[in-house]
Amino acid sequence: MIRLKQVKKRYLNKTALRGIDLELVPGKIYGLIGANGSGKSTTMKLIAGLIQPTSGHVFVNDQPVDRRIAKVVSYLSELDEFYGFYTVEETIDFYASQFSDFNRKKADAIREYMKLDPNSKVKHLSKGNRGRLKIVLTLAREAPVILMDEPLSGLDPMVRDSIVKGLISFIDLEHQVVIITTHEIKEVEAILDEIIVIKNGKILAQENVEDIRVKEKITIVEWMTKLYEKDNNE
Amino acid sequence: MTDSFDPSAPIYLQLLERIQRQILRGDLKPGDKLPSVREMAIHSGVNPNTVQRTYREMEAIGIVETRRGQGTFVTEKEAILQSMRETLKNKEISRFVEGMKAMGYTHEEILTGLSIYLSGVKGSDQE
Repeated sequence: MIRLKQVKKRYLNKTALRGIDLELVPGKIYGLIGANGSGKSTTMKLIAGLIQPTSGHVFVNDQPVDRRIAKVVSYLSELDEFYGFYTVEETIDFYASQFSDFNRKKADAIREYMKLDPNSKVKHLSKGNRGRLKIVLTLAREAPVILMDEPLSGLDPMVRDSIVKGLISFIDLEHQVVIITTHEIKEVEAILDEIIVIKNGKILAQENVEDIRVKEKITIVEWMTKLYEKDNNE
Repeated sequence: MTDSFDPSAPIYLQLLERIQRQILRGDLKPGDKLPSVREMAIHSGVNPNTVQRTYREMEAIGIVETRRGQGTFVTEKEAILQSMRETLKNKEISRFVEGMKAMGYTHEEILTGLSIYLSGVKGSDQE
């Protein structure tokens, strides 16, 4: 379970989060959606323990979050941070050596599913294949919390499709909670349980996506656009 | 790639209708085992919890039965399948009729249009 209580985050002269409250439970896939600069990545980094809140509290499994939370949080960064001189195989080995919950067998299964050649040098991988490799490394960990910051951004539709399918195939919803930030709402709306809309460092809404379709009879994109417009008018 | 769902309607209901159609067409026969929740989720590209909801719903209507440790099976109860067939027929007809009415056709026009159309269709059960 992930809990954020009145979390504020300020960077030097810029406020990223203006007091947010969140509660996320295991067994669900959450989409954290918002415009550029709305606070998505900041929220993810706070949960991953990579940064500390200016005020307020972040808990993962009732533990206050600090850098050591990486033990239970598998975090996919929006950046590319591989060693180019490693092969795919060596990169997987390296990750396996860093995380005790890394499931080597599962990593191979996901790598095969993603059709990645274990002997390719990482620096020779296409952007799409580097995106796939990130998925392998993130999902091979049997961590209770999986955070994926922009796993689809900049990738072509076929890669996005394989990533979304891979996600459903390899997460274990009985034990894991997944949070995805993305701009590609259409790609992920069918696999989300709940959507969290964030704007200017504030949470505008947290809703079950099927409830939105039942009650509003509109698409998630339309629903989100309405929320953003309503907030603009206030 | 999988067929996409209408993003403005609940996916669990669309999946439900899809499976019902498979039963009607005979792609799934009475007593057949349905894919596991996970398999179905991967195959249709939707959240496993959504598939779970579809299966629960089908179980509530009686179209499928879950046997402990074995999986989910299409019911073999003829009455239930018959009533499902009726329900789907009525749903499709009402969809069609609402659409025609919205375009301003009268009942009579719809009826004559239908019978002319049907007499031109080489229906498999007429031959």
